[in-house]
Amino acid sequence: MKPLSPVSLKVNGDAYELSIPAWRTLLEVLREDLSLTGTKRSCQEGQCGACTVLLDGRAIYSCLFLAVEAQGKEILTIEGLARSAGALDPIQKAFVETGAVQCGFCTPGLIMAAKSFLDENPSPSEEEVRRATVGHLCRCTGYFQIIEAVLAAARERAGKGAPA
Amino acid sequence: MSVQACGDYAIIGKPVPKKDAWIKVTGEAKYADDLFLAGMLHGKLLRSPHPHAKISHIDTSRAEKLAGVRAVITGKDFPGVKYGNMPQTRDYLPLAIDKVRYIGDEVAAVAAIDEEIAEEALDLIRVEYEPLPAVFDAEEAMKPGAPQLHDHAANNMSAETAFQFGDVAKGFAESDYLQEDLFETQPIKQGMLEPHACIGQWDETGKITLWASKQSPYVVWKQLSMGLGIETSRIRVIQTYVGGGFSGGKQEAMPMDFCAVVLSKKCGRPVKFVHNMDEVLTIGHMRHPMKLWLRTGVKKDGTLLAQHLKIIADGGAYSSIGQLSMYLPGAMLNLPYRVQHVKYEAYRAYTNNGFCGALRGHTIPQVCFARDSQLDLIAEKLGLDPIDIRLKNGLRPGEVTPNGFRLGTFGFTECVEKAMEASGWKEKRGNLPRYRGIGMGCGSLVSGARVMGHSASTAQVNVHEDGTVALVTGSTDVGQGADTVLSMIAAEVLGVGLDDIRFALVDTDMTPADPGTFSSRVTFWTGNAVKIAAEDARRQLAEIAAEKLKAEIDDVVFRDRQVYVRNDPQRRLRFDELVRLAQHRLGKVIMGKGSYTSGEALIDFRTGYGNMSPAYTPSACVVEVEVDPQTGQVTVAGVWGAHDCGFPLNPMLVKGQVLGATVMGIGQALYENLIRVDGKVMNPSFRDYKMPLTEDMPKLANVGHVNVITNDPSGPFGAKEAGEGAAAGVIAAVANAVYNATGVRFRSLPFSPDKILFALKESGGKGGKAQVQSQSFT
Repeated sequence: MKPLSPVSLKVNGDAYELSIPAWRTLLEVLREDLSLTGTKRSCQEGQCGACTVLLDGRAIYSCLFLAVEAQGKEILTIEGLARSAGALDPIQKAFVETGAVQCGFCTPGLIMAAKSFLDENPSPSEEEVRRATVGHLCRCTGYFQIIEAVLAAARERAGKGAPA
Repeated sequence: MSVQACGDYAIIGKPVPKKDAWIKVTGEAKYADDLFLAGMLHGKLLRSPHPHAKISHIDTSRAEKLAGVRAVITGKDFPGVKYGNMPQTRDYLPLAIDKVRYIGDEVAAVAAIDEEIAEEALDLIRVEYEPLPAVFDAEEAMKPGAPQLHDHAANNMSAETAFQFGDVAKGFAESDYLQEDLFETQPIKQGMLEPHACIGQWDETGKITLWASKQSPYVVWKQLSMGLGIETSRIRVIQTYVGGGFSGGKQEAMPMDFCAVVLSKKCGRPVKFVHNMDEVLTIGHMRHPMKLWLRTGVKKDGTLLAQHLKIIADGGAYSSIGQLSMYLPGAMLNLPYRVQHVKYEAYRAYTNNGFCGALRGHTIPQVCFARDSQLDLIAEKLGLDPIDIRLKNGLRPGEVTPNGFRLGTFGFTECVEKAMEASGWKEKRGNLPRYRGIGMGCGSLVSGARVMGHSASTAQVNVHEDGTVALVTGSTDVGQGADTVLSMIAAEVLGVGLDDIRFALVDTDMTPADPGTFSSRVTFWTGNAVKIAAEDARRQLAEIAAEKLKAEIDDVVFRDRQVYVRNDPQRRLRFDELVRLAQHRLGKVIMGKGSYTSGEALIDFRTGYGNMSPAYTPSACVVEVEVDPQTGQVTVAGVWGAHDCGFPLNPMLVKGQVLGATVMGIGQALYENLIRVDGKVMNPSFRDYKMPLTEDMPKLANVGHVNVITNDPSGPFGAKEAGEGAAAGVIAAVANAVYNATGVRFRSLPFSPDKILFALKESGGKGGKAQVQSQSFT
């Protein structure tokens, strides 16, 4: 049998005590053990960005990150984003309203990356948005509406005095 | 993006968000890999490591003994019936039986308690192969003595087409100038982010259920029936949310689908399959690589007289929908330019490469690349402006093409003019600095086509007592916005809100049969069906309202969730009140239904004559590039397009479709190439298979799209195709812009840095403008 390790994770504010093989990725544990399937499994080699979550506010590819390494950190997934805001986060809202969502498979990862980025850089230039999202593939949109959405979210957050 | 007038519509024409965007941004939308059924097992497929080999023996005993493995199957667990799209293309087996034909061909499948054990079990399956000589080049494959892939296809001829309309010999004889070129295109992948995924269940009663990420679930349903030898009534396909389609396999039944249900039968448990990305990028369904010989005869003034196109396509190991793939380039040679004499020959050869099929625009972008590249060559020879030669030859509304396409609306001239204006063509062309260039490419597409026996789409509009509506169709939203646009049509007709409409996902036990999502058909075909169905429901309600409001039926207006008398709006009912009146007092549950088909005859793809589609869309694209002479890198500095989608039912979604298609075209022009060496894919990873990224895109200020409004009378609220056509001309636009920047003409895709550097070196590193300037001095 596979050796199991006790792992404590804090995801979207909830604490979980798990027993898992130590080599399981954060992506696998989020999806398969915690049923948080909003984080998407695509290339599984850190190329597409679909599995992006936040670890203490920093965007990471959860497919390249072992769950055991995430212990002691605050993990935020797409499911936690709306919940913490009580409604759609301004980034989610902007993605909806600018047409940045087509098939939606890249969307959660991009929104999490945008969240991390805008928390660091609340009023970015278009060029900075482009650079911040370069680690994400989208085959549907051609990216333009995604870039527009991130810029619109930045404006919205600035207008509402989003918490630092 | 210009905003167009919406007329008197309440909902149609408004840039409203996609209906399912909310559950997609919250992560709630369930894609196939997000489903977990109780007791579910995990499946994996064993693939051939050989491009061509006989299978002499398969020993699965060691794999079966591995702890955690529940079942192992091979081709012998299926009835051995080949399946496929059309009678002449049925050459797939769920699992290979006696022979494998490409590296990646499925040979066996395992179900185990987790994915790791299933993977491990694959290593324990012993397959004895007798390697056969293989062929990887389409022309080699067609020669006598070449290794033969399929018994039914002599000389590896998978599909063959030849037709002539007019008399090209006469046309060439009457021409002042002949231009002949050879173009080559590369294999590219659909590149959708969601890998193929499914869960199959074979229950105690013998009922088969497949939950799967499918863009054409009814095709899957029929093919499962064929390959399993089981009647369709025992098969149920339930579509999940789809993470991108582009005909990358989700339009057909795949080996994983067959194996999931047959393994489920063996194990008594549901079985889930999800491809790894290296499988997705290795296996079949990719764009046909082609050689295209194009000869064009033209008058001095630029009038096109005759074109002869010959294509040899590498079809790979299987047919997919090859007969259609070969018909389309010749058919679309008739659009968007007027050419009196057209001759076409196409050969799709089987080879031991991954197999090819459709991909956004199918085989049309390849021919547009060749034809619109050549148009610029001709224009230069004749001293004509590239815009002028296009405008001179562009087809007009109402014309009939030599192959029998009957054009209704066709705003080609407007597309060219709008793209020219938006891009600042007149100011830029000839005035850009060295290594910067601008080029135009045009194309055309169908608004759906009848490609198989069943082409009709159907809709049901079920009106509920709270005034909401369940819209049931057989169409699938793959991200393109069908859920929203079809709902907008129903909402507009019934005068309710868009949020009042619920759009059903396909479930073959519940939803009406439908051909699927391809050929940019859904808005037009299913849209027309939805409009008819909603009008049917509205008529039923109007009869009741007319009685209640003491008005003529034709005077009853449905708008803003109200039903009122046209010239006396005070006489009114709320929409939900009217529904309850019908349902509770009169015992009439309101259900509207509607079907639509174009009524055109099925075209014989081998002879090519006939009207394929009820409506055609032209498009024009201008691309501005900057070429780095040190690195050979091409940067797209700007892209401006115009597209005649009839009427944009939702301009925000049209914009997303057009720009997404455009960027796919840029990807094929500059970056993408599935590299194969002796049939082995060398870059089956998003690390090495290079798709466009955000930083490759031009600034937002340098991106423009104009909708040319023609209000097609046969489309729902005037709409035509918007998903694929805009991509058709992009590759040629890039080719023409690179030529304009460097003076080097590329006839082979992609225009990668190595090719550019080599070509610049060959041309003395000076670039075209330098050469032109030096000529003008001598």
